[in-house]
This record gives sequence, C-alpha cells and structure tokens, in this order.
Amino acid sequence: MKRMPWYLRDLLYLATVVVVLLGVQYLLERSADYYPAMRYYHRILVLMGINIILAVSLNIINGHAGQFSLGHAGFMAVGAYFSAWLTLFYFGPYVDKLPESSQFIAQNVLLLIAVLIAGLVAAIAGYLVGLPSLRLRGDYLAIVTLGFGEIIRVIILNVEKIGAARGLSGIPAWSNFFWVFFFVVIVVIVSVRLVSSSVGRAFLAVREDQIAAEAMGVDTTRYKVKAFIIGSFFAGAAGGLFAHYTPAYLNPQMFTFIKSFEVIAMVVLGGLGSISGSILAAIILTFLPEGLRAAKDVLHMTKDPRMVIYSIMLITLMLTRPQGLLGRRELWDVLARRKDSIPKEKRDEGNADDKLDRDAGPPVT
Amino acid sequence: MQEFLQNLLNGIAAGSIYALIALGYTMVYGILKLINFAHGDVFMLGSFMGFYGAGVYARMTGQTGAPQPSWVMAAIILIASMAICAFFGFLNERIAYRPLRNAPRIASLITAIGVSFLLEYGGQFVFGPDPKFFPQLVEKHLLNIGGISTTNYQLIVLVVALFFMALLQYIVYGTKFGRAMRAVSYNFETASLMGIPTDRIIVTTFAIGSALAAVAGILNGLVYPKIDPLMGVMPGLKAFVAAVLGGIGNVPGAMLGGLIIGVIEAFVGGSRFSQFRDAIAFVILIVILLFRPSGLFGKYQAEKV
Repeated sequence: MKRMPWYLRDLLYLATVVVVLLGVQYLLERSADYYPAMRYYHRILVLMGINIILAVSLNIINGHAGQFSLGHAGFMAVGAYFSAWLTLFYFGPYVDKLPESSQFIAQNVLLLIAVLIAGLVAAIAGYLVGLPSLRLRGDYLAIVTLGFGEIIRVIILNVEKIGAARGLSGIPAWSNFFWVFFFVVIVVIVSVRLVSSSVGRAFLAVREDQIAAEAMGVDTTRYKVKAFIIGSFFAGAAGGLFAHYTPAYLNPQMFTFIKSFEVIAMVVLGGLGSISGSILAAIILTFLPEGLRAAKDVLHMTKDPRMVIYSIMLITLMLTRPQGLLGRRELWDVLARRKDSIPKEKRDEGNADDKLDRDAGPPVT
Repeated sequence: MQEFLQNLLNGIAAGSIYALIALGYTMVYGILKLINFAHGDVFMLGSFMGFYGAGVYARMTGQTGAPQPSWVMAAIILIASMAICAFFGFLNERIAYRPLRNAPRIASLITAIGVSFLLEYGGQFVFGPDPKFFPQLVEKHLLNIGGISTTNYQLIVLVVALFFMALLQYIVYGTKFGRAMRAVSYNFETASLMGIPTDRIIVTTFAIGSALAAVAGILNGLVYPKIDPLMGVMPGLKAFVAAVLGGIGNVPGAMLGGLIIGVIEAFVGGSRFSQFRDAIAFVILIVILLFRPSGLFGKYQAEKV
C-alpha cells in the first residue's frame, strides 16, 4: 500500500478514536436503560478516566523529569474552578439563549474551549510553581509544591464569587465519557511521544543526573519548568472535565493535599516513569475503594471497612513491589519481552531505579 | 500592647505543640531522609489514647461519669499514651519502612502515605468519625497576668513541651545513644561499619518521635478539647513545614520553626486576614526557602559530581 501523508494518517487515527469513543458512549447510555446499575459503572469509568489523566500528567513531572511535585490537586483545582466560573457565568447563559437545535453542538464546543482554557490557566500556575524548582531540590521542592496547592485551596475557600466554603453548584453538566476519554487519549499520546522526543530525553537526563545533564548542555531549569507546565496543563484539563461532570459540584475540600497524595500513590505504584504503569495503577486505585464496598456485607460489619482495607492494600502493594507494578518499563515492553522481540541492549533499561539513592545526602541547591 | 502579648502567648503555646510534632519529623528525616507523612496521625492517635485512657482510669478507680481531674491521672495517661504511640512507632518502622530500606526512597514515602491513610480511615472506623471531647485531666483555672488572660493549661503546655524538648536535646547531644543517632544521620553506612546497631537506632528514633507526638496530642487535647480522627492532618502538615523551615534534620531548628509558625499564625489569626490563617505557614515557608533553600539552620551542601 502506498504510504499516506502523515496528516491524513493522523487524521484517520483521530477519527477512529472519536468514532470508537462515541460508540462506547452510546452503548453505555443505552445499556443504562436495560441495566440501571450501568449508570454506576459508567460513573466509575469516567472518574477512572479523570484519575488516569491526573496520574499520567503527574508522571511527566515526577516520573520523567524527576521533579517531586505534591501539588497536583492544586493545579486540578485551578482548572476546575476557572472553567466552572467560565461556563457558569458566561457559556451557560449563552447556550441557554440559543435555539434548541444548536444547543447540543454549542455546549460541546464550549466545553472543549472551557477545558482547554482551564488547562492553560493551570499551566500558568504550573509555570509559577515551577519557578522555585530552579532553586529547590527533592523533598524541599515537594513540600513547596504541597504548600502551593494548599495556598490555592485556601484562596478558593475565600473567594465568595465561586462559592467559598459552601462550594460551587449549578455548573452545567456538559462533561461526559467521550470528552474525558478523549483527553485520556491525548495525554497518553502526548506523554508517549514526549518521552522519545528531544524534550523527553532532556527530562530523563535531568532525572538521572542533573549535573551530568548540565555538563552535556541541557538547560535543566528550562526543562524542569517545561515539565511543570505540561503536567499542570493536563491536571487543569482534568479539573475542568471533573467540574462539568455530574453532579457538577465543586468544593475546596475535594482538592486538599490528600488528593495529591492519591495521585502520587498512583504514579509510584504504577512505577515512576512508566506511562502504562500510571494508567494501570490509576485504574486499580480508583476501582479498589469501589470494589471493596462489598466487603462490609461479606464481613458482616456495621461500619464500612473499605477504606481501611484500601490503605492496607496500598501498603502491601508497595511493600511487595517497591519499584512499582511495572518498574520503569512499559506494559508493551513487558509483553514484547516475553516474545523475546526486544533487542538485548534495550533490556536493562528498567533497572536504573534499583539504585539506592539514600546516600545522596540532604537536598542541595 | 496587651493584644500583642496575648497573641504572643497563644502563639507560643500552639507553637510548642507544633514543635513537639516537628521533632519527630526532623529526627526521622535526619536519619532516613524519609518524610514520615504518618507522623501527624500518630499525634491524633496520642490524643485518642489520652481520651480513652482517661475513661479506663476512671473506671479502674471506681468513678462514675466524667473522670475527676487529678495530676496523678494526667501523669499516668501521658505516660501510657507515650508508651502506646512509641510502640506504634516501633511497629510502623518494622512493618512499613524497614522492608523498604534498600528500595528507592519514594517507595517508603508511599507506604508512609498508606500508613497515614490507614490511621485516618482506621481512626474513623474504630473511634468513629464524630468529634469527641477530651476530658479535663487537671483542674482548669483562669489566670490573669498583667491584663493577659490565660489558663493554667497554656502554662502546662509550655512547661511540659519545654521539658520534653530539653530532654530530647539532652538525649541527642548528651548521651551515647544520641551520638550514635547523629552518626547514623551523618553517614548511614560508615556508622554501621563502626559497629553502631543502625537498625536499633532507627527504630528507637521512630519510637521517641512517636512518643513526642503523643505528648503533643495530649497537650493539644487539653487546650483544644475537640478531637476527631482527622485532627492530625493539618497540624502534622504544619509541623512538617516547621521542620523544613528550621532546616530539616536539625533538632533545635525544628523547635524554633514550630514556635515561629505558631506565633505567626496566632498574629494572623488575630488580624483581619484571619481567614488566610491556614495558608500563612506555607507562604512563610516558600518565602524562606527562596532565600535559604535548606531552611534556617540547614546545612548548605555543595553539589558534588
């Protein structure tokens, strides 16, 4: 077959993804008519998608660039609130005025715009947070990003216009399975392509050895900030999607550092730097608390032990797989390796994380 | 002026509680380079042990209803709670951190988060999610010193906290164990080559840190009697900020950091920016780290290849 031009090929891929996602969306909605329980699974699936976006985007900052960030919930909050403010006060009233026939298209286009703007605003926040990473390393950076996240939350808590402590309700519920997974696909493609690009290689160099990277002419500062910008863009987009998903209600309490902890747990559990690992862990850690709902009945308990079991399982998983479920490898590498189709020299890449870095000493500037 | 002194006193009392928690963070970090995120929840555990301890004590001495305040009871409860938390610290290290000693450092960070979740959710499961009211362990008096109104509780907090800080200072800088601890913190492998039982030092450090968190939990219960399973989250985080502020790994730094955070929070709480009280600790942290990237007393280490 003659090779297609790249833009046609990419367009074809995009069309395929859109068609498949729309198909699944349709099936999910129709099946809810026959099995009402499907609504519940549908919902978990969407939340899972949002968590995947968060985990994969945090993996760019933590796993690829090696900058330990604990502020992801803050970026998500920025995106969620900004897009909610847009749609609630501007886009929503605008759509309501349109004739019935064009409302559907308008709301989807406007949702996409709102989510993209949410990402941009979060990326600006990420840029601002990324700046101190010029000076800080390791755990000091972690606590500063955590602090930024909390500051963002406290600020939101005090802005009356977006509901303050009461939370923000009445946001148009435009988000759905299709849009969430559309962004899942985008973040995964961006992430995969990024690793093998020159930028991604620079990220890895900064992660492995900053001094060596600098000596090789990598502008470490620029790449660190870049990682923050890309990662927080998708966190903001995830926030925007989350804000518009039923029940379309936001509360500052949803974005405490506990949320950041959950996302970082996904990234580390999956294997720091492994994209498919982040996805896998996001799926597991979203499903786990839901799947454990049955535990209460099985164990004949009056109180719900699911979160207790969840935390014990998190600890156990980490103890049994300290390097993460997939280490630094990708699922496709693992599968391919079984078939022995990977060239020998590529095989040992996964072991870099076995190095002990405890003796690296306290973080330095 | 009076208002200033009043805020200062409140701030120092709150700050000394932060300082006690911060010590646990800083000691563990100094030795293992591990942020023990579960530490704030050990503080919660200490508070609850005090709460239940008072109930048990009352029943054992044949009292009905709320336990009668007495110094003996306060002392017994304090020691019991410290012992339980120290034992928890011991278990925590043995089960969740020691197996990961040679794994990437981030793995133990996630188990720390896991233990923190376990204590929070476990606390809600076992103690119940509703707030409880910490009993009055000793009789409460209102005091008025030169126009500053206070209670004897605040003074007790100050005295007890200072006592334990002094004790820790003595342990770290004046005993053989403390010397071993500093050696392990300085260089883990060399210390073990010199015959220092590093595992034992580490687990003891965890136990001491957790016991101090228990003290903080009891003192906090006296001053702010409403306790619930999530009460450790915010103080734990702020205590960690205090430890970083003072230069993490540095014992006097943690004490000073705790006091600074406590006092500034009290002043912000008393001003018209009171609604930003929870954010101020982080703002200070960011500002200080921008100028002194390893904290106030942190050692500056040049990067080596």
